[in-house]
Amino acid sequence: MNIILAFCCGLLAATGTYMLLRRSFVKLVIGLALLSHAANLLIYIVASPLLGRPPLVRAGETQPPAPFADPLPGALILTAIVISFGVVAFTIVLIKRTYEEIGTDDLDQMTSTDRDLC
Amino acid sequence: MHTTVLILLLLAALAPMGVRVIGKSAGLIIATVSLAITGWYASRFGIVTAGAPILETMSWVPSLGVGVEFLLDGLSLTFALLICGIGGLVLLYTSSYLGDSPGLGRFYATLLTFMASMLGLVLANNLIVMFIFWELTSITSFLLIGFDFHRESARRCAWQALVVTGLGGLCLLAGIILLAIASGGSTGPEFAIRELDPGAILDSPLAGASVILTLIGCFSKSAIVPFHFWLPNAMEAPSPVSALLHSATMVKAGVYLIARLEPTLNEQRFWSDSLVAFGATTMLLGAALATRHVAFKKLLAYSTVSSLGILVMLIGLGAYAAAATYLIAHALFKACLFLVAGTATHIAGTKDTEAIGHLGRSMKISRWSALLGGLSLAGVAPFIGFAGKELTIKSGLNAGGLEAILLAIAIGLAAALTVFASIQVAFKPFFMPGPHKPEHAQEATWPEWLGPIILATLGLVLGLAPFLGMVPLVESFGASLAGAPLADDVTLGLGYLLWPPSIPLGISVLAVVIGIGLFMGRSPYRSLLAKTFAWDRFGPERTYDRLVGTTLASAQVLTNALQNGSLRSYTRIIVLTATACVALATLRIDAVASYLPSFGALTPFDVMLALTIAASAVSATMIRSRLGAIAALSGIGFAIAVYFVLHGAPDLAGTQFAVETLIVIIFVLVTHRLPRFARYTTNLSRSIDIVIALGLGSVVTTLTLLAMGSTVASPVSDFQAAEAVPSAYGRNVINVILVDYRAIDTLGEVFVLAVAAIGVFTLLTIRPSREAEATR
Amino acid sequence: MNSVIFQVAARVLLPVMLLLSVVFLLRGHNEPGGGFIGGLVAASGYILYALAVNLPESRRLLHVHPRTLISTGLLIAILSGVPALLVDQPFMKGKWIEVTIAGFEGVKFGTPFVFDVGVYLVVLGVTLLMAFTLEERYQ
Repeated sequence: MNIILAFCCGLLAATGTYMLLRRSFVKLVIGLALLSHAANLLIYIVASPLLGRPPLVRAGETQPPAPFADPLPGALILTAIVISFGVVAFTIVLIKRTYEEIGTDDLDQMTSTDRDLC
Repeated sequence: MHTTVLILLLLAALAPMGVRVIGKSAGLIIATVSLAITGWYASRFGIVTAGAPILETMSWVPSLGVGVEFLLDGLSLTFALLICGIGGLVLLYTSSYLGDSPGLGRFYATLLTFMASMLGLVLANNLIVMFIFWELTSITSFLLIGFDFHRESARRCAWQALVVTGLGGLCLLAGIILLAIASGGSTGPEFAIRELDPGAILDSPLAGASVILTLIGCFSKSAIVPFHFWLPNAMEAPSPVSALLHSATMVKAGVYLIARLEPTLNEQRFWSDSLVAFGATTMLLGAALATRHVAFKKLLAYSTVSSLGILVMLIGLGAYAAAATYLIAHALFKACLFLVAGTATHIAGTKDTEAIGHLGRSMKISRWSALLGGLSLAGVAPFIGFAGKELTIKSGLNAGGLEAILLAIAIGLAAALTVFASIQVAFKPFFMPGPHKPEHAQEATWPEWLGPIILATLGLVLGLAPFLGMVPLVESFGASLAGAPLADDVTLGLGYLLWPPSIPLGISVLAVVIGIGLFMGRSPYRSLLAKTFAWDRFGPERTYDRLVGTTLASAQVLTNALQNGSLRSYTRIIVLTATACVALATLRIDAVASYLPSFGALTPFDVMLALTIAASAVSATMIRSRLGAIAALSGIGFAIAVYFVLHGAPDLAGTQFAVETLIVIIFVLVTHRLPRFARYTTNLSRSIDIVIALGLGSVVTTLTLLAMGSTVASPVSDFQAAEAVPSAYGRNVINVILVDYRAIDTLGEVFVLAVAAIGVFTLLTIRPSREAEATR
Repeated sequence: MNSVIFQVAARVLLPVMLLLSVVFLLRGHNEPGGGFIGGLVAASGYILYALAVNLPESRRLLHVHPRTLISTGLLIAILSGVPALLVDQPFMKGKWIEVTIAGFEGVKFGTPFVFDVGVYLVVLGVTLLMAFTLEERYQ
């Protein structure tokens, strides 16, 4: 299973990169989101090659029942998901405002500094 | 010993304030402190010359066992005395010479920092500590040469000195690290200078590289050919700086380090030979170039280059006593002459020695300093310079065979040219007629003439009575270089040198005669010299200029190519570099296949999930409507969330679901007023990008597969899971990691979130001011 | 989005989702849940309400400005690290006491939980600040 997902990771990274290289700013954000999916997935499948149960300790016990999924990448990804939400939201708004100010979302047209705009 | 360095640094920090509060007399206090430190070192004279080096350690990072170890032996004592003694006199001189300059406080601060660094350099018993002080002297020297920073030439020359000595410093750093590795062998690098193991270095394959790099470092600092050009240019500095840094101390740092490493490296194959070859060349070239110039300080600077060459050559020849004698003699007369030259330039209003005449009639005291210093430079008995020169010639002759003949000729020629230079700089302007006779000229104030006359008199006294400290110091200096007490007695007494008449004495007399002769016929000689040095435009300085020019031009080209302002080309470069690096690293792994994970079981559900992700990813790039792309994106998000549910991460799944929903909401809120999903790029550009993207994708896949198949250590999460209940009182290990084990990390992350939200808020609510709006 | 059904659903869903988010927060240390997901669920409730009913109403129900939530949350999160400092331990090391809440004896109450509350508030504030500002401007 994870081997297929490794290929999915690669595909996500490739599509993300391709979108990053577009001139349209909107596509760039989609590329960013794709890349963060790729990274999250990569971290998770690398650390937990086996099908695991959630890392939860049953009441009265001291150890999660084996085999349990590695909790550390889980914790890292959890914050990464929320952070990438913040970043994507910020970038979307940035694009929106840029578009409102200079009337294009073509990166190659954005050659002036903000000083020239005001 | 540490205290003396710290006192100087403290003084440097206080100097600017001191000058502001008590004015010029601050210089007198500073000079007094410096001379008191000289006194302290002089009081250690007896112990050190008796053959007992003093070793002091100040703890620095006690937990790592790192200390700053200072070593006072004959070599470092000689240098310490010169640095603080001449430094004190120069500081005194400065209080009058630069008395009216607005930058006086800054000058004192920099000069004192330099003295502290130089002291640290010669005292440090650790290569790294030594190197730090070494670089500090380069930096302070840069600041001092550029003291008059509003003059373009001062800035240019300061830069040149910094670039040359700085590049040399980098070579030196590499050299000493290799040296330490070579010496330490299997026990790790050995940085303590006294513990360096000559045998281990001799056996090490790193020896050659380390010797060459160290020599480049030392040569660049000490203005040895082909790095000699920066020193004359450094004469842009005020005269006190030239006197202290560019004659007596800083330029001798290279000589010092060569001397310090001599006991360790003299067995190395090309160490001694290169010292002799480069030293002799520098000696001759410096002496010849000195006679080309008529400006006071330029002439003295080239003469210094020549002297530095002599010192390097003497160490290479193993003539340690000669090196010590010449080093001390040179420091005394050259500092004296530089100071007198500064005063003379001030008073006469020109630096042209050919133009000035009969300056001695007004400078009634300084003329004697000039005369005595000049005679010592010329190597005339009974001055200490004479002893230095005699020993030098003798050492050249001792080399034996053809080498002895060549060296004797070279040394004799250099000596003759030096006699010429010394008449030109120390006799001509003061005692001979010249077109420019300053009227109403007055002798300078006492701080300006006192230092030179002391130095000049010292040169005479030590020449007449070398037993007054000179002999034991030279013996102790020599013992530091030899690593053992010197085998032969040091004979500096005039009686030994003058009787019975010997070949060295003959060469010496001949040199004086030729020197005077050349001076008499100096105008035809100079025009001849000018023709000879026509090749100078291919010389090292032009090479330096061309090198700097080429570097700047190629930096410009590179910057234009790489920093072209196009985000996409940046991304391309970054992605391609990352792809190439990882691909290369992967290719270097042996038996890659053994790291690949086993395929494992596969359910139809897994295949469906993977296909969903793949299909959504591809369609996100192809769909030509924004909403379609967003839908594809959330398709991936939800598929991954399902995967998390299936593989033991319900927390992640919940978060992923919530975030995907929110992102869709935000996209929908914003995007319907965004521009259409335009295709800006050409087909060709798209194809290139597809290749780049697929390259990265395949690298990522390979990396993932390899990482999955290779676990090199037991994961820390085993501990985290085991301790979750007993120590952290939580049964959800992921949450325990987030809020307990790695709480500071999470704290940072919520701060990032807060910043992102504030960014969104600001972007949407802050509008341009009314004026900005109006001007649009 | 003037659908009546949607409006009614949002009115009902808001309290349910808020309750759910608090449950996630409280039990997060032992069962799936925690401050991050709790904050997101609560925020979704308010956003849903703002979309279905209207923004001012949703803002009114929140009572405080999202910025206040962010700053309060950050403050709580930082303060939760201080108790360890007081007993000369590294910043943010977990400290626990046993309390009796509503008849349950020996309930463990500790600084990690306080920290999680801070995270909850920050995530709630961040999400709402973004969503509300966007809605205000573009709806």
